[in-house]
Amino acid sequence: MAVAGEVLPSGSQELHVLAVDDSHVDRKVIEKLLKISSCKVTAVESGTRALQFLGLDGGKGSLGFNSFKVNLIMTDYSMPGMTGYELLKKIKQSSAFREIPVVIMSSENVLTRIDRCLEEGAEEFLVKPVKLSDVKRLKDCIMRGEKEENGGRRVHKRKFEDDSHPPSSTPTSPSTPLASPSLTAAPFACDIATSELLSSPLHSSKRAKLRNSD
Amino acid sequence: MDLVQLQRQLVEYRTSLYHEGFLDEQFTQLQELQDENNPEFVVEVVTLFFEDSERLLNELTKALEQQNIDFNRVDAHVHQLKGSSSSIGAQRVQKVCIAFRNYCEEQNVEGCLKCLQQVKNEYSLVRTKLKSMFQLEQQILTAGGSIPM
Repeated sequence: MAVAGEVLPSGSQELHVLAVDDSHVDRKVIEKLLKISSCKVTAVESGTRALQFLGLDGGKGSLGFNSFKVNLIMTDYSMPGMTGYELLKKIKQSSAFREIPVVIMSSENVLTRIDRCLEEGAEEFLVKPVKLSDVKRLKDCIMRGEKEENGGRRVHKRKFEDDSHPPSSTPTSPSTPLASPSLTAAPFACDIATSELLSSPLHSSKRAKLRNSD
Repeated sequence: MDLVQLQRQLVEYRTSLYHEGFLDEQFTQLQELQDENNPEFVVEVVTLFFEDSERLLNELTKALEQQNIDFNRVDAHVHQLKGSSSSIGAQRVQKVCIAFRNYCEEQNVEGCLKCLQQVKNEYSLVRTKLKSMFQLEQQILTAGGSIPM
């Protein structure tokens, strides 16, 4: 498929991840997890620093530099000053950056917290400690998303899920009506309930990965 | 002690740390992230944990010595300690932090002081044990051997 629009940095498939965490230990670990997964990492200690890096703080920052293009933001939830949730909101409110997937990390799996973050547009909510398998799964998801972006218009987040099931593919779900032409011809028509049934791997990313709680 | 004996000793020691709950699966995860590009990774992360913990334990001591204890502040510190201990797999420290946070919520001074003492003890224990383990690893490397997984 011809690549139109934004190209990934240096023409490579390397994802650039901005990691935000006030914990020195966690920054080091997430950085390692991402590097091992062949991602480029910028780790910062606060939401404020993250916004500065993105150039959202009013300063010129790194806007317009392709090499600084961030493909994914992973942020801790509980941070002093600006929380991860507040950072998420600011990013989603920005026309320049709202398309960047934001993942929230938290040591506490509080359902209301998870819901709030997902509602605000978080890609996923990961319960700490984050594992290599989490990062690998995320990376696959984002890479697929980036390909979609380069190959076609990504208007709404939900559309990108539907694009992964082009009309010609065999239905992943046993319920044949879901693969009916009327559905695939008008992907926007499917509501949340219907798309959930398609059991796309992308949907599992919408679920918070819950671990044994404290 | 010869190389094989050293390696055996390390494996036994490490196993006992898991067995006694000092370390959990997260520590294993960290070891698996270590490679030739960064052979000191685990030591580096654990060193950061030591630095963080010592700072937090000092802060906690000060905060609990105050006339009017700011429990939110105490809780914030414990939350951080809980987070970093969880990130390196220091399970016993993490467990005390959970109890500690409950006492903070109840604004129970005695409970908090008890937990502070407990967490200091657990921290001290895991620190000693990890340092011993790293020393054993270093001995093996110096003897020209490799660290058994």
